[in-house]
Amino acid sequence: MPLSYRGCARELLQVKGIEDYDLIRIIRRDGVELSGILIPRAKLEDDKHIVLKLRNGYNVGISIESISEIELLSKRGEIRKEKGKITHEIPVGKLPRVPLIVTGGTITSKVDYATGAVKPYERPEELLDLIPEISEIANLSYIPLMSIFSENMTAQQWIRIAKEVEKEINSGSEGVIIAHGTDTMHFTAAALSFLLEGLFKPVILVGAQRSIDRPSTDAVLNLFSAVKMAVEGPIAESMIVMHGSPSDDYAYAIRGVRARKMHTSRRDAFLSINEPPLAKITRKSIEIINKSYNKKRKDGEVKATEKMQDRVALIYSWPGISPDFLDFIVEKGYFGLILAGTGLGHVPTVLIPKIRELTKDGIPVVMTSQCLFGRTNLNVYETGRLLLDAGVIPVGDMLPEVALVKLMYVMGKTSDIDEIKRMMGENLRGEISKFLSITVFPPGRGF
Amino acid sequence: MFDYRALGLKVGIEIHQRLNTHKLFCNCPSLLKEEEPPLWFKRRLRVSRSELGLIDPAAKFEQLRDREFLYGVYPDTICEVELDECPPLPINEEALTTSIEVALMLKMSVIDEIHVMRKIVIDGSNTTGFQRTALVAVGNENSYIETTYGPVRIKTLCLEEESAFIVESTPLKAKYKLDRLGIPLVEIATEPDIWHPEQAKEAALRLGRLLRATGKVMRGIGTIRQDLNISISKGARQEVKGVQELNAIPEIINREIQRQISLLEIMKELKARGLSDDAFNGRILEVTDLLREVSTGFVKRAISRGERAYGVLLPSMKGILAKEIQPGRRFGTELSDYAKVFGGVGGIIHSDEAHSYGFEEDLIAKILKELGGGSEDAFVLVLSSEKVAKLALNAVLERARLALREIPTETRKPLPDGNTSFSRPLPGSERMYPETDIPPINSKAIVEKVSQALPEYPEDTIARLIDTYGISQELAELLFDSWRFKLFEEIASNYPKISPSFIATTLTSTLTALKREGIPIEKLEDRTFIEIFAYLNEGRLAKEAIPEVLAELALDKTVSLEEIVSERYMTMEQLDKIIDAKIAELQREISERGERAYGMLMGRVMAEVRGRIDGAVVSKRVKKKLSEFLQKTQK
Repeated sequence: MPLSYRGCARELLQVKGIEDYDLIRIIRRDGVELSGILIPRAKLEDDKHIVLKLRNGYNVGISIESISEIELLSKRGEIRKEKGKITHEIPVGKLPRVPLIVTGGTITSKVDYATGAVKPYERPEELLDLIPEISEIANLSYIPLMSIFSENMTAQQWIRIAKEVEKEINSGSEGVIIAHGTDTMHFTAAALSFLLEGLFKPVILVGAQRSIDRPSTDAVLNLFSAVKMAVEGPIAESMIVMHGSPSDDYAYAIRGVRARKMHTSRRDAFLSINEPPLAKITRKSIEIINKSYNKKRKDGEVKATEKMQDRVALIYSWPGISPDFLDFIVEKGYFGLILAGTGLGHVPTVLIPKIRELTKDGIPVVMTSQCLFGRTNLNVYETGRLLLDAGVIPVGDMLPEVALVKLMYVMGKTSDIDEIKRMMGENLRGEISKFLSITVFPPGRGF
Repeated sequence: MFDYRALGLKVGIEIHQRLNTHKLFCNCPSLLKEEEPPLWFKRRLRVSRSELGLIDPAAKFEQLRDREFLYGVYPDTICEVELDECPPLPINEEALTTSIEVALMLKMSVIDEIHVMRKIVIDGSNTTGFQRTALVAVGNENSYIETTYGPVRIKTLCLEEESAFIVESTPLKAKYKLDRLGIPLVEIATEPDIWHPEQAKEAALRLGRLLRATGKVMRGIGTIRQDLNISISKGARQEVKGVQELNAIPEIINREIQRQISLLEIMKELKARGLSDDAFNGRILEVTDLLREVSTGFVKRAISRGERAYGVLLPSMKGILAKEIQPGRRFGTELSDYAKVFGGVGGIIHSDEAHSYGFEEDLIAKILKELGGGSEDAFVLVLSSEKVAKLALNAVLERARLALREIPTETRKPLPDGNTSFSRPLPGSERMYPETDIPPINSKAIVEKVSQALPEYPEDTIARLIDTYGISQELAELLFDSWRFKLFEEIASNYPKISPSFIATTLTSTLTALKREGIPIEKLEDRTFIEIFAYLNEGRLAKEAIPEVLAELALDKTVSLEEIVSERYMTMEQLDKIIDAKIAELQREISERGERAYGMLMGRVMAEVRGRIDGAVVSKRVKKKLSEFLQKTQK
């Protein structure tokens, strides 16, 4: 076992041959004796304290200045493996096969009570052990693809996930579940919507707002609902399945190109913007709310697009934004720009000449709205008409993040500006609505 | 009662005191509400089954019940934090400072870098499934409190969040309100140095006083509670949780000793009857048909409701279930506790008392036979569904089996008479892991700040009250314990003419007496007392009127002291008129007795003016008027 301490604390421990997780005794200058396991110290913390896990379970940080004696009691090497017997058995029946592709995030990790460290699950049995009811409806397999925080996702990784999904579905899986960090889950969901051509089985992203090491984790309901949706649901789209309320009673399936994380921490953070959720999933039933969806089919072939143009930027406009802010687009070699404009899709008029320059250079500039709810409309005010004249592409009620992902996808397919314009304005996966119901706003008042 | 030394009595206490500040990990007020919460949320808690073998028995016990939890929310005073919908905010620094203050008063060693932990609790009392807690200080050789039975060492001091208030609980569902969840609690634990029941009470009293000395703790019912860890050398450790009355402590300990002694006797008796573990293999059988002939009301009603009767045989246990283990509690009551807790049944019927429910001997024999037993055996019945019966009776069987081997270590609930009832198995070593959402806290700056101005120790305050104001030890202690010593000092130093003992009595025994009459004295504010004594000082209010005025003010919030006093206040002219009238009434007597008629006259006047004007003033005036009258008439 290494020693994670640095600086003064490290010196003090190293001399005694002490490493992380060793059992040690510290005698303080005030005579207090404390023994416990040496807990590793994060790099961001200072080098003035030594952290012990006492026998009563509490962690305490002892200032090195207060220490009069320090003693190694026993080498623990590694914390004794918790010999939790896995009681769960993977059923070998005719249950539909549903792979769980793990990309990271807290949904697939567990806590080590001895140290408090959070580690990813290594086997599906461990997860099934927590949510045994899954094995009554599906044969879950486990594909640890990557282990990253979702904020570190890139277009290349979306493609990797898409290829994995392609492989699984074409080889007979009933649907695919993707465990994902929630921060950018809706970007990935949108990316998969576009990347997977000819999708005929459900692809479901699922995550947890309360990590799985907590007894109150939302992962249990989310994961169960995702599997249920994959196995029993009629929808073959890229979707997000997460809590529908702060209670543990139902989840919503939201179309990937309509989902958005709208709260930093609540269980029901994901909302379906500009259309009702696709379905409500309870322990016992799936209720279809939105009847317009791509139907699941028995046979087919899905093809993952393997190219995206990731040099595309998304800019959130603000009052006073200066035209030179857009200079980096050309300078840094970006090939496309999404604007999250204000209101119906506006930016300050001082930006318009610069935007015209960009479009003339063949850089597509797409207009979305910061309002998120409702459509852009560039015909109402003069600024809008000037923007249209400058070559801006309006995309209706498409969400800014979805427009970003879609532009990456479209530009991966073609560099012809007219074709890009046509594809951006066309509804490919349900990202642009023909019909905006009065009931979708404000959200959460019933559908 | 008992020879405690010989029994090897060991008691440790844990004091939990709520602090008078906002919640520990959010900015919500620590405000308890009485009305029904308008919003309810439904949750479940889950821990991995593979860990069940290792999880403490308490957690396993809750987990196995797979319960649904309902949480009531008051949206104006409860935020996302209590509902576990967002991470905790940084620790409440005022609460932390107070806990460090208490630790320093107990001469404990404060932890240099405090780490907040998550203690797994899956009975639903925390929405997160864990309780946030931090070890703030540990005891050293100087950390102890003195009692007349010897010192009691202090082990640890923790700062933790209060759990949610339980509204209703069944094996399948529990309802909690979230107003209490997150209130800061200081927990002080002693070593098990206590060897005498009275010593436990004394230690609790001293620790309670010490906490109050900070002036930052909550007052009122439930704001301080004691857990007692009780064992005798041949018995087993029991945790009696949530004792609120200090005076109940010695009785609870004595009765626990008695319970353990009785259980040990039962164990001996069972062994003597040649019972072994494998004797308790009885199956749970339905006996509804046998019970149809019983005329007992509740049995008939249950059966007509569609419930069924199930029974289990307890071999060779005839008579044991009727054995008293605490005054009014029998071994059967212990079994009944298990059936209630694990099965959620209302109670059990057992063979040792079946006759008192109107079961004929013949029927008892039939039931025993049906369950595969005979006259030396005992049975336990429940009226319920099959599922519930299995939960309940398996728990009964398990408890009966344990009686042969050991006294199970349990968490027990205090009952009003000093007995205790089973509430759940005692948790094993706690499962704790770091609260990763809260960075470690360096205590150095707080310790330095707090050590410069520690609050006065309770015994010093009491001594000072005696010295400065010449009140008795008893009054000084009463004042301290009643929280009103600061108010007392303010009043006594403002109005040196008023007797300090009178002020102290008013603030203690007078209020206690009013409380006993059901007057809501907690509604009286400090300001009111100050005003009352100001009026008294100015002679605008009579001493005798104070209890009545206090009662009126406590009962009617809309009335002001000014209004009450002006209604009662008597001008000298009014007094004179009354005296004149009385003199006229008593003219004959006065003429006969002269000056000696004073007593009678004073009595008549006082009967009319008592409480409205100070007796001393009346006396002076009566004397003057009387002599004037005598002079006039003698002339």
